[in-house]
Amino acid sequence: MVDVTPADAVPPAEVGEVELYHPHSWWTKYVFSQDAKVIAVQYSATATAIGLVALVLSWLMRLQLGFPGTFDFITPEAYYQFITMHGMIMVIYLLTALFLGGFGNYLIPLMVGARDMVFPYVNMLSYWIYLLAVLVLVSSFFAPGGPTGAGWTLYPPQAIMSGTPGGQDWGIILMLSSLILFIVGFTMGGLNYVVTVLQGRTRGMTLMRLPLTVWGIFTATVMALLAFPALFVACVMMLLDRVLGTSFFMPAIVEMGEQLQHNGGSPILFQHLFWFFGHPEVYIVALPAFGIVSDLISTHARKNIFGYRMMVWAIIAIGALSFVVWAHHMYVSGMNPYFGFFFATTTLIIAVPTAIKVYNWVLTLWRGDIHLTIPMLFALAFIVTFVNGGLTGLFLGNVVVDVPLSDTMFVVAHFHMVMGVAPILVIFGAIYHWYPKVTGRMLDETLGRFHFWVTFVGAYLIFFPMHYLGLMGVPRRYAELTDMTIMTESARHLNSFISIMAFIVGFAQMVFLFNLIWSIRHGREAGGNPWRATTLEWQTPQTPPEHGNFGKELPIVYRWAYDYSVPGAKEDFIPQNVPGDFAPSREPA
Amino acid sequence: MSVILVFLLVIAGFAGWWLSHQRLTAKPWLEQGLAGDFVGFDRSALPTAKIGLGVFLAVVGCLFSLFTSAYFMRMGLPDWQPLPLPRLLWLNTGMLVLSSVALQCAVVAARKGQIDNVRLGLATAGFTTLAFLVGQLMAWRQLTGDGYLLASNPANSFFYLITGMHGLHILGGLVGLGRTSVGAWNGARPERLRLSVELCAMYWHFLLFVWLCIFALLAGWAATFIDICQRLLT
Amino acid sequence: MAVVLVLVLIVVGSVLFHLLSPWWWTPIASNWDYIDNTIIISFWITGIVFAAVVLFMAYCVFRFRHREGNRAAYEPENKRLESWLMIVTAFGVTALLVPGLFVWSRFVTVPGDATAIEVVAQQWQWSFRLPGKDGKLGTSDTRDVTADNPLGVAPKDPNGQDDVLVQAADLHLPVGKPVKVLLRSIDVLHDFYIPEFRAKMDMIPGSVTYFWFTPTRTGTFQVLCAELCGQGHPLMHGVVVVDTEQDYLAWLGQQQTFAQLSAPQQSGSANQPPGKIIASNLGVAANSKLSRSAQ
Ligand code: HEM
Ligand SMILES: [Cu+2]
Ligand SMILES: [Cu+2]
Repeated sequence: MVDVTPADAVPPAEVGEVELYHPHSWWTKYVFSQDAKVIAVQYSATATAIGLVALVLSWLMRLQLGFPGTFDFITPEAYYQFITMHGMIMVIYLLTALFLGGFGNYLIPLMVGARDMVFPYVNMLSYWIYLLAVLVLVSSFFAPGGPTGAGWTLYPPQAIMSGTPGGQDWGIILMLSSLILFIVGFTMGGLNYVVTVLQGRTRGMTLMRLPLTVWGIFTATVMALLAFPALFVACVMMLLDRVLGTSFFMPAIVEMGEQLQHNGGSPILFQHLFWFFGHPEVYIVALPAFGIVSDLISTHARKNIFGYRMMVWAIIAIGALSFVVWAHHMYVSGMNPYFGFFFATTTLIIAVPTAIKVYNWVLTLWRGDIHLTIPMLFALAFIVTFVNGGLTGLFLGNVVVDVPLSDTMFVVAHFHMVMGVAPILVIFGAIYHWYPKVTGRMLDETLGRFHFWVTFVGAYLIFFPMHYLGLMGVPRRYAELTDMTIMTESARHLNSFISIMAFIVGFAQMVFLFNLIWSIRHGREAGGNPWRATTLEWQTPQTPPEHGNFGKELPIVYRWAYDYSVPGAKEDFIPQNVPGDFAPSREPA
Repeated sequence: MSVILVFLLVIAGFAGWWLSHQRLTAKPWLEQGLAGDFVGFDRSALPTAKIGLGVFLAVVGCLFSLFTSAYFMRMGLPDWQPLPLPRLLWLNTGMLVLSSVALQCAVVAARKGQIDNVRLGLATAGFTTLAFLVGQLMAWRQLTGDGYLLASNPANSFFYLITGMHGLHILGGLVGLGRTSVGAWNGARPERLRLSVELCAMYWHFLLFVWLCIFALLAGWAATFIDICQRLLT
Repeated sequence: MAVVLVLVLIVVGSVLFHLLSPWWWTPIASNWDYIDNTIIISFWITGIVFAAVVLFMAYCVFRFRHREGNRAAYEPENKRLESWLMIVTAFGVTALLVPGLFVWSRFVTVPGDATAIEVVAQQWQWSFRLPGKDGKLGTSDTRDVTADNPLGVAPKDPNGQDDVLVQAADLHLPVGKPVKVLLRSIDVLHDFYIPEFRAKMDMIPGSVTYFWFTPTRTGTFQVLCAELCGQGHPLMHGVVVVDTEQDYLAWLGQQQTFAQLSAPQQSGSANQPPGKIIASNLGVAANSKLSRSAQ
């Protein structure tokens, strides 16, 4: 037992009263607010709105794939525009923005016991630049030629040529500009999240007392700060290629019988830059989900997270390793085939810390006191889909298995399972979990359960069978599957089934949205700590927390974030800011 | 991609060093009370703004490492034709060095509370930096005048791109320098002024370092250097 | 409780689906059954892990669901268990990786007796080039592409004169002979993929990529493009026919060489150069197909 009084404690680097900008008007309170909680809501609302666009686009694509030839307005051009905007919005503008900008802003200051982010003004700017990026992106729908149809990977030379929708129009220019803006805005926010975790922690909040949510978001942000520059570089260079005629990525090309001016560029260079960002990006959306789901499971199973230290180390290990696996997306790109040995090995090594995390989640359930609340249900569903998608990742990472499967529907099914469905399920779980803190009211239980069952079972039914289409050899990014000898009649039926499921799942999201809005007014009163959780955000004097989060005095942290069901304690949870000794003095056998 | 990997290794080294001081092997469930509230196990004693700038510079470093990586990758192809660097770049380098030195003097002065010297340092830094930027623009004009156009060859494109990016970062720094100067002339609180001058100096030193690397890269010395290292190793 | 049932159903259903559904890979037609075997190994290992984790979870939820008066156990960690799990996982991962890398080393090592053939992609059609009597392919360059020389074969290279060109038509291959496929594109990225052969590789303008395989049975196989290459991507089909040696030679005899194809235009004949006809016809075909689906 270590019990020390502060010898030489550094005063907390809280945002002092002077710097904490107090809003004076409605505008500065709700619109140009510097309060991380308001910014979080702004981020989340914007991300949800643009995410809805991506959802509708996925319906349109599924209409075309499930019922080919029925919907004439979905031309191949339109299909590729939908696919590109869908993919890019989902990955960047929805998931990244929601996890880091939304959850990061709301939870980091509250969970580490800070009054606000350390640079509130920059934090506000971050949101507005993000909004601008979204608007630029949306504007491409209305630009002449429409949005780009280059696929979310934007591979040149195709992305800036006339055979691709938007390639020689505004589409690609707006897309690249929007990404550049997003990265600038994100960097501003990211600095805040990282430095707040480093410097804003309240007294007693050592790193090993941080909830895993903070660990996940923190590590993901560090990764994002280091990975997004690669996308930035790629975007700037491609923009120059497109607008000023340089040849960074453009070799000598004959387009439709005509020699283009470009000469000497390297398309592979773009792919390296893109995936140097793109692979860490997968973990940028996965690590916050890992962290959040750990806390959901622990809270709702009333048991400390199993193997906390291992969980932290695994997060760090995954974060570091994910920078040396990028080329597993390029096994069949024509790069030097001997790279395959290296990247397959590193990729499969990452599976080990990832598997450890899965084991620790299910071992947390073991001998727990499992409350099957909606957040818990979503956490369980996350484990199922994440394990499923993670395991198919072992197929695709194992270089030679990737050869037949790459660029088929198997890949589409895999990444939807692992970085589409799984993180989204965590987002839902997290919203059901923290909504009471944000609004003071609970989400409606019945609607919630309906939403859960349809989303989970439906999503599984969409994406599990899809793997087998890929195994048959059906390529991805095919606007039509006509004249294909491998497409059997039964496979067409399967496609129709998948499309119908996609519509049902989409419909359930409308119910969820209704629930979100309806419960703000009509939900059951939640109280300050409805889940009886230990972390600091549930210990605020007011719910919803006010500007400055913790009233007059910052909380002092006396224990780690997982003191659930401590033997000898009266309650089955002890909040982090409760002093005193309830823990057994030795490790249980 | 080796340059960026080396850069990330350096970052990882920092992170590892810092993490190794955070008692990551402690068993937090066994520690109650204010455990860990010692110096060093908790937040750093450095001002938060400096840490923020440090993190930002890591991002900037990452950006330029990536440009360098891309440059080396393209340079490896057989048809690489580097462009001749204008002599003017030497003068510009001198200007940037001067501005860094001036800011360092300003820092020293700010620590001693000599406000006049702080102003002098800031002004000198501002003017030399402007001179650097103008010099860079003149170098561009000279090159375009000699027919080395942006789009005519990948080496040219890289030259304009990388120097342009560096220039933009300097320009951004000038905004910060401008705000600091306004503070210096309008009587900002001494400790505040000291902090902003220190931040400026940090940023300038870093961008000077980046510039020296870029210069070596564009002049081809970096490639020669790596070549020699490789030969020594094999 | 419903969730326990659903978790079990997911495992049972997924396994049944895997075993009973009609959707499975196409009958193989190349030597890459090694790859299929690696996939089978992967299915076994990952299937077991999936079932184990989900069923364990279902059991936990069933056994430890909240009931009045329950209290969770207190167990921060268990080093032994965690180490064991890590070792077992590492073992499983190795069992996947080792055969995978072994097959990959075969995949990247082209046998010496493989015949080199060339596939040239452009938006949105396939062309092929086979070495002529000299057994060598001439060099090529995108800059040499003209209406009369749509594949960009270097006009001066003597090795290239007798190369057999198959422009926008079916490629034939003899059964049982290893081929090294050299892949080239003159515009954007494409990917030469025949599901029955299992192998695929991107083609990159400005460089030549490759893979190799041995066709193991005769038949007609469809080529699909597997890298997004613009709006005609889903229609970029081609055909590869694997023949017996005899049929193959008969087919080869009917093909024209580079020299023959470029001859009429060099002598200033009034005929339209054949390359152009084919290219423009195909352009029309692809476009009309696109606009048909657009209507
Ligand atoms: C029920 C929800 C969803 C449905 C029905 C859906 C459907 C689709 C479809 C049909 C495609 C095109 C497949 C092809 O032809 O290659 C696609 C592509 C894609 N989706 Fe989704 N999707 C959903 C959710 C998500 C989510 C949550 C993400 C977030 C990661 C996501 C990310 C992507 C990406 C990155 C692509 C690839 C785009 C490209 O190939 O350029 N999707 N999705
Ligand atoms: Cu990846
Ligand atoms: Cu294609």
